[in-house]
Amino acid sequence: MIWQALTLQLGYNATLVAIGAMLLGVSAGVTGTFLFLRKRALVSDAISHATLPGVGLAFIVMVAFGGDGRNLAGLLIGSAATAALGLASVQWLTRRTRLAEDSAIGAVLSVFFGFGIVLLTVIQTMQSGRQAGLDGLLLGSTAGMLFSDAVLIAVGGALTLALTLLLRRPMIMVAFDPEFAAAQGMNTRAVDFATMALVMAVTVVGLKIVGLILIVALLIIPPVTARFWTDNTARVWQLSGVIGGVSGFIGAAISASAPALPTGPIIVLTSFTLFALSLFFAPNRGVLAAILRHLRFQRRVHMRQGLLALAQGQPIFERYTMRILAREGLARADGVATDDGRARAAKALLDEKRWEILRGMADHESTAALYDGLRQIETVVTPDQLAEIDARIAAPQGVPA
Amino acid sequence: MGSEFVSLSLPPMLIGIFAAIACALPGNFLVLRKQALIGDAISHVVLPGIVVAFLFTGTVTTWPMMIGAAVAALVAVILIEAIQRLGKIEPGAAMGVVFTSMFAAGVLLLERSDTSSVHLDVEHALMGNLESLIWLDAFGWSSLLDPEALAGLPPELPRIFIAMVGVIAFIWIFWRPLKISTFDEGFAQVMGMQTGALGLALVAISAVAAVAAFDAVGSIIVIAMFICPPAAARLMTNRLGRQVGWSVVFAILSAVFGYVFAGYGPMWFGGQDSVSAAGMIATVSGVILALAALFGPARGGSQA
Repeated sequence: MIWQALTLQLGYNATLVAIGAMLLGVSAGVTGTFLFLRKRALVSDAISHATLPGVGLAFIVMVAFGGDGRNLAGLLIGSAATAALGLASVQWLTRRTRLAEDSAIGAVLSVFFGFGIVLLTVIQTMQSGRQAGLDGLLLGSTAGMLFSDAVLIAVGGALTLALTLLLRRPMIMVAFDPEFAAAQGMNTRAVDFATMALVMAVTVVGLKIVGLILIVALLIIPPVTARFWTDNTARVWQLSGVIGGVSGFIGAAISASAPALPTGPIIVLTSFTLFALSLFFAPNRGVLAAILRHLRFQRRVHMRQGLLALAQGQPIFERYTMRILAREGLARADGVATDDGRARAAKALLDEKRWEILRGMADHESTAALYDGLRQIETVVTPDQLAEIDARIAAPQGVPA
Repeated sequence: MGSEFVSLSLPPMLIGIFAAIACALPGNFLVLRKQALIGDAISHVVLPGIVVAFLFTGTVTTWPMMIGAAVAALVAVILIEAIQRLGKIEPGAAMGVVFTSMFAAGVLLLERSDTSSVHLDVEHALMGNLESLIWLDAFGWSSLLDPEALAGLPPELPRIFIAMVGVIAFIWIFWRPLKISTFDEGFAQVMGMQTGALGLALVAISAVAAVAAFDAVGSIIVIAMFICPPAAARLMTNRLGRQVGWSVVFAILSAVFGYVFAGYGPMWFGGQDSVSAAGMIATVSGVILALAALFGPARGGSQA
């Protein structure tokens, strides 16, 4: 069943939903990267919660004019209107009052959402039974979706993605270096506005699939995940788009494969799985890489100290040091150095002395500053300089009177 | 009117007021510390905690749920901190990753488990059931002095009252350290205060308030009450003491007017049924915040 879903063999609607979710995931991942880099990830939470009153109002208006209140296009237009109002409120509160952005976000999302709930209860009492579709927008529901809705979502996802790709260059510039972008004659406020408009578009298209409470995850998790894999700033948004797309597609497919697997939560948990894998296994920034790096460092420090102790004939009490030396065949279990060990120890002591001389040479100050006890001296000075240092070590040093 | 009011409206209104105060008090410090969204995160992660507690015990009883919710809040705070440090991710994004994922897990667990026999669903978690917390044993104001009738009070009322008293005690005892560490963390450290532990304690007491309130009024009010009254109060004054006072006043106003508008408002417009009290309380608190942002005497000023 799951295999069929992944290969798009579960019928026309499921296929359209999966493709729509994938397109939505890609545009959310790319757009979210710019929010993330601007450190405004949670603004999208306010925007998505602010869609609810719009949905309710649109329903009421459509019914009042004798139409079908569940028309998805109408609901989405309504949600975009209040989402814009919510975003404007956040901006207004942050600019015009001394409240910080986080308070503004929290206030807007709770108040708009609360008002949305009030409207939902009004609708419940208006015409019982016809409200069924609206709850689905809280957490997303694709089961029993109309064909026209599925098409709307697929087309909406494609349009959003196209716009995102079209606007990516100015958005990259503003996200990475706003001052530079402004100096280049770019209207940074317009670009910021465009970013926010795209976030709104993603939110609105995602309402039906992921639901308004969880859509923010699609904007935040992929860029955070991508950030683990690369420090190359231009790669982050591409990778984030791929991660978002994969989560959307796999999540929608899993959800279509069995009942009682709500689409929104499944998509979010799929992207969280990718995030968790990255957190642990990513090269460089991952937890595993950090642990390995630490162990390697620890080993080098112990090795160095052990060799210096051997060279100076001091006993070694550290068990870990002793174990490393024994395993490398540099010392016997009782702490006596082997021939190999004596040679390496002598070299370590000599290097220590060389560094000392180097620190005393005024014109090598910056090189000497590289000393950290672990760095091989051959890697920072030329053979000629090394010979010069060695000559100084050998030179007579004066006789204490 | 009197007896009907005491049995049908007084308990939910009191619960709303106590919940609003319990959340608004720690909210003052969260808003000043720019941690307002911690309240948002906590109220989302409470859901998986409650669902897991239900799966373990099989019943919807108070204590397992409280413990489950508290554990979930703790797990969330640890995860946010860990992701922030391990991945060098900014706090907002780390929070976004954790609370959405945990909420999604909660929803999924809820859908996959058989909760049809008990009153546990996502809508309930969001909106609470303030309207249903009525006091059937009351017959007028005299019941307030009748121990037999008092035993029939909805259990949420004493629970949220105790939580509120706990929050008040915490704020009162730690007033000075909280104040100093909020405005000047470096100075507080020089004074020898454990600012890290204090910050964690503040988050913990917020979680207690959120969990206790969540049970009765749902997560919307919790978020709204953490942020709106303190934010509005901040626009009224430059003194912390007065700000806390204002926030309590705003919280009470939101709860009372929100409840009244929800219950009687639709009738004024010719409707018959009431609307969601939780949603209305949040809405009223938003209106208060908007008024404060427009006319508050300290709305744009810098710190005095």
